[in-house]
Amino acid sequence: MKDIEIKGMVSAHAIIAITILLATLAPTLFVGNYSVYGTHLVWLYSCCSAVAAVNIALYALLGVSPTPKRHTLSYKVTKLFRSFMYFGFSCLIFHGIVVLYGAPLIESALETFSFAVLLSTFTTLRCICMLGPNVQAWIRVFSKNGAMSIWDTSLQITTLCSVIGAWFGAFPIPLDWDRPWQVWPVSCTLGATFGFVMGLLVAPSWIYWYRKHLTYKSK
Amino acid sequence: MRLRSSVFAALCLLMEVFGIALFLRGFFPIPVKSSFSAKNKVADMPAEPSAGPTSNWTQIPAPLFRKVVIMVIDGLREDFVFGEKGKRFMPFTRHLVEQGSSHSFIGRARPPTVTMPRIKALTTGSIPGFIDVVMNLNSPALLEDNLIWQAKEAGKKMVFYGDDTWLRLFPKHFMEHDGTTSFFVSDYTEVDNNITRHLDSTLKRDDWDMLILHYLGLDHIGHLSGPHSTLIGPKLTEMDDILKKIYTSLLSKEVEGALSSLLVLCGDHGMSETGSHGGSSDPELNTPLVLASPAFRRKVAYDLPNVVEQVDLTSTLAVGLGLPISQNNVGHLIFPVVEECSMREQLRFLHLNGFQLSRLLRDGTSAYEKDVGFEQFRVAEKSHGNWVKLYLEGNTSEVLNNMGKKVIRQYLDALKSMSSSLSKQLGKYDLYSMMVGTVIVFEVLFLLLLGMADALRSNAELDLPLSSSLCSLPSYLLCLLFSAVHVLVCTSTESSCYFCSLSWALAFAVIFFVTALLCVILSIMARKFSWEKPQSKAQSSADSGFSELDTLLLAGTLGHVLSLGASSFIEEEHQTWYFLVNTLCVAVLQDVCRKYFKETPEGGVCTPSKEDLEGSDYGSRLLKGQEKWLALATPLVTLACCRLLRSLNQTGVQWAHLPDFGHWLNSSEHNVELSFLASSSLVLIFLLIHKRCSMVSKIALGMGLLGVYSYRAAVGNVQFPWQQHGRDLSKGVLEARFVYVFVLGILFTGVKDLLKSQVVAPSREARSRGLWEVYSGLVLVVALLFRPHNLPVLVFTLVIQSLMSRFIWRGLKYDAAQTTIMHYWLGQAFFYFQGNSNNIATVDISAGFVGLETYVEVPAIFLTGVHTYAGPLLWATHLICHLSSEMQSSPSAMGHGCYCFAVLRSIPAALYVLLVTALRYHLFIWSVFSPKLLYEGVHTLVTAFICIFFTAMDQKRSAR
Repeated sequence: MKDIEIKGMVSAHAIIAITILLATLAPTLFVGNYSVYGTHLVWLYSCCSAVAAVNIALYALLGVSPTPKRHTLSYKVTKLFRSFMYFGFSCLIFHGIVVLYGAPLIESALETFSFAVLLSTFTTLRCICMLGPNVQAWIRVFSKNGAMSIWDTSLQITTLCSVIGAWFGAFPIPLDWDRPWQVWPVSCTLGATFGFVMGLLVAPSWIYWYRKHLTYKSK
Repeated sequence: MRLRSSVFAALCLLMEVFGIALFLRGFFPIPVKSSFSAKNKVADMPAEPSAGPTSNWTQIPAPLFRKVVIMVIDGLREDFVFGEKGKRFMPFTRHLVEQGSSHSFIGRARPPTVTMPRIKALTTGSIPGFIDVVMNLNSPALLEDNLIWQAKEAGKKMVFYGDDTWLRLFPKHFMEHDGTTSFFVSDYTEVDNNITRHLDSTLKRDDWDMLILHYLGLDHIGHLSGPHSTLIGPKLTEMDDILKKIYTSLLSKEVEGALSSLLVLCGDHGMSETGSHGGSSDPELNTPLVLASPAFRRKVAYDLPNVVEQVDLTSTLAVGLGLPISQNNVGHLIFPVVEECSMREQLRFLHLNGFQLSRLLRDGTSAYEKDVGFEQFRVAEKSHGNWVKLYLEGNTSEVLNNMGKKVIRQYLDALKSMSSSLSKQLGKYDLYSMMVGTVIVFEVLFLLLLGMADALRSNAELDLPLSSSLCSLPSYLLCLLFSAVHVLVCTSTESSCYFCSLSWALAFAVIFFVTALLCVILSIMARKFSWEKPQSKAQSSADSGFSELDTLLLAGTLGHVLSLGASSFIEEEHQTWYFLVNTLCVAVLQDVCRKYFKETPEGGVCTPSKEDLEGSDYGSRLLKGQEKWLALATPLVTLACCRLLRSLNQTGVQWAHLPDFGHWLNSSEHNVELSFLASSSLVLIFLLIHKRCSMVSKIALGMGLLGVYSYRAAVGNVQFPWQQHGRDLSKGVLEARFVYVFVLGILFTGVKDLLKSQVVAPSREARSRGLWEVYSGLVLVVALLFRPHNLPVLVFTLVIQSLMSRFIWRGLKYDAAQTTIMHYWLGQAFFYFQGNSNNIATVDISAGFVGLETYVEVPAIFLTGVHTYAGPLLWATHLICHLSSEMQSSPSAMGHGCYCFAVLRSIPAALYVLLVTALRYHLFIWSVFSPKLLYEGVHTLVTAFICIFFTAMDQKRSAR
């Protein structure tokens, strides 16, 4: 019964994963002496924008997001505006938390903020696409037994994986190896991206594996 | 035997402390010492070896130098003289090194690169063990045979100016002295001026034979702002001028035909790139060693200085002054210094040094005859004898000269290999004692882990099958087996072993103890297995109740233990704890969101305490609404506090040199800001604690905090607004004692309340007030001991504690185990927030002098301990207060908390002991792993005391 949904998810996730790969490789064509470490922000922005574009396109096409109750233009505009606002807020909140975790306050603020944008793209943007700008729904999804569809479960898994990836990414920073990827925030962004991709791959297989145990309450 | 879990935990920790102590005794090697307790005497000196008739030269050789000036510059690293900096700032010294009549070397110090062990090394010629660093706290008189003692015995007049560590090591040795303390690290001009002001008069006089100067300023600059600071240049130039002054004055006194003088410039240790020392990196180990004397040949060409051991200076100086070489010396003569002497003298000197080394070797090792160096020395001695015979026969041919050169070469080889085999013995561990210690520590850990399920049940009691397991046949057999192993090991081992050197009764008591622990563990395991089956179902259902927070707490604890395997993670352990605490806050934040802000199916936003709300009026309902937001803010405030504190004290190794807020506050131009910060912190401390105290202790607390400020003002850290600049500083003994009186008063009322609540009228209120008073007494002591820039750490501790206990621990109904783990983590984080690190150098010894006129060992160690472990102590004590107030709802909270605390300490301690054993030949073992081992040991001791306090508090519950 869920097989078709799972297949859809596999293809959607595969598309996002491939996008990240392409976004990593594509700038070589446009930017001189491009490398993931050296011109880290270029990679970061290309990755962010590609993931954002693909996410929005995919969920608009697939229509997993809640169907709007009203079709008036003003409603749509407010919803769009709120989505943008939420995204901005989440960037700021991530930035704040990262600074509280010990990132330099002034020195590399741009890098820190870019990292926050990347994290928001991996987590908040997907929430906005799938749940709409609705904080209550977000809290519900991220509570215990709060998932109501396999998309919610996949959202949980990918978000958790990206955050944990970024969290683990911070580990090598204190080591004294003097490697280019230990520079702030390279290891964290790479960790977050790796975690996100792992989440994308793990989510469908996990859901497939546990499809017998997953029982969703109706909305 | 039934035991309450708190008693059991405290007992376990005490046993663990014993195990760790045994391990430490085996781990820190005791340096090779000569077995003769007497010092080397002139009469003991061997005569010149001779093959034929006895030599006519049996007395000690005459000194080579008339006067010796030793100038020690603390923290002078090799490139300050031989490198780019030396060229720029020390022109005279460079000139002396490159073209003057001097010999220059790179003197390689041995870790630990801390001043007192280095002074010991320079004067005794031995290599002090790592354990001497710990003894750096108090440096009692040096009893070992040493150069200074020998010089005094020989009737040399010595003058000393500089670091007063020398005066403590050599009391009554100097004819004239003026010690400066390295008490105020922020002062780098006065300390040196205090030395230099004596120079002119001393140099003019002619009544001394040896002048020792120890300049501290450079090291202070290093500690303040690192080796690349702009302050370094002027300081080096100052030192250069002083050197020039001394040298020209020595030159002017040269008399034709008489002996000339010697000037020695050396550093006791170097300076790392961050400006600290204590470790074993090259910049810390390499110090310059320049010997200048008109007696030396002028340099023709300058080539790079050779590397010698720092201890080589001792024997060289002894020879130069015509003194017996001290007994435990492991260095060998720096040969270029005696090159100008006649062949016969050169050989005599080498023989004396070789004889001393061979004797030390014979005492230290059983298989000395097989040692290569010892054999070489025998051969060299024999050919030396032949040479003397020829010489006395009047042979003066070229053959004699060539033969002499050959003997010198033989001697030098022998000295080198003897010296190296002596220093190698330092690396030997007493593995047997270490193993016994490890076994005890692990048995305790297993016992704690096995008992965990029982101890954390609601009745918090454990059933120990003590008598049944002890009175069984296997236990006797095991005991016999272990005794047999002990006898076998002790009779077969070659090197000395501490555990074997214990008296038999004591050793067997320990063996019996180990056996008893093992038997108890085995019987508990047996019981567990037989009970396993019927319980397995219940267990699995309990496991599924793990929340994300539990997972985080467990994973964090284990992850931290695993991270200790990497030296960088030990150096930067504070990062691990900050990271974990931050993650904890974020997890708590998410928990708060979930519990307070989740939409219920009915549509409203529910608060978790719905039952509490029933029957309450509108006002408290409104309060609940506010509480929701305050609960949300608490983790965020905690995060913000942690971030602020992190920038207060930059610690660790890699980034320790970065400027931090604490340095900014401590610089003299920001004294007003510091005073303001300190006073407002003290006011905040008062506001935060006074509410739950009784009236008497409230007043005492206020007075005490006032006393803290006036103490800091008296010492000169802060100032009163009405105060003029440039007041004399005192030690502030009176003010500090004033505070101690109030501390004792508060503690007394607290204990009185506690006793009253137990004996006279059992009331929960008096009990929690008593506990809180004990806690505020501790806060007052810590406020006194903390440096003024650290007072915000104390304020933030109190803020976080009061917020968390109100809104999080109580509000979200975390159980005792979770609360304990959080307290432990925060305690660890605050240990580093206050500026500690896993390096011995960051222990603030000055805390041990607060309120004391002179150094008194017991209170000084106690105060330093309290100051260093202030963070963990405060959090643990708060945990006791918190849990005792929870006791109404869960009476076993105290037992659970105590047990968790013990387990949390035992796991890292036990695994770290194992790790250190495995890594004992690691490159960083002395610089990174051993200091951490000491910290772990002391931390376990502190935790044991806390657990005993826990037990005492828990007992009152049962008495009630």
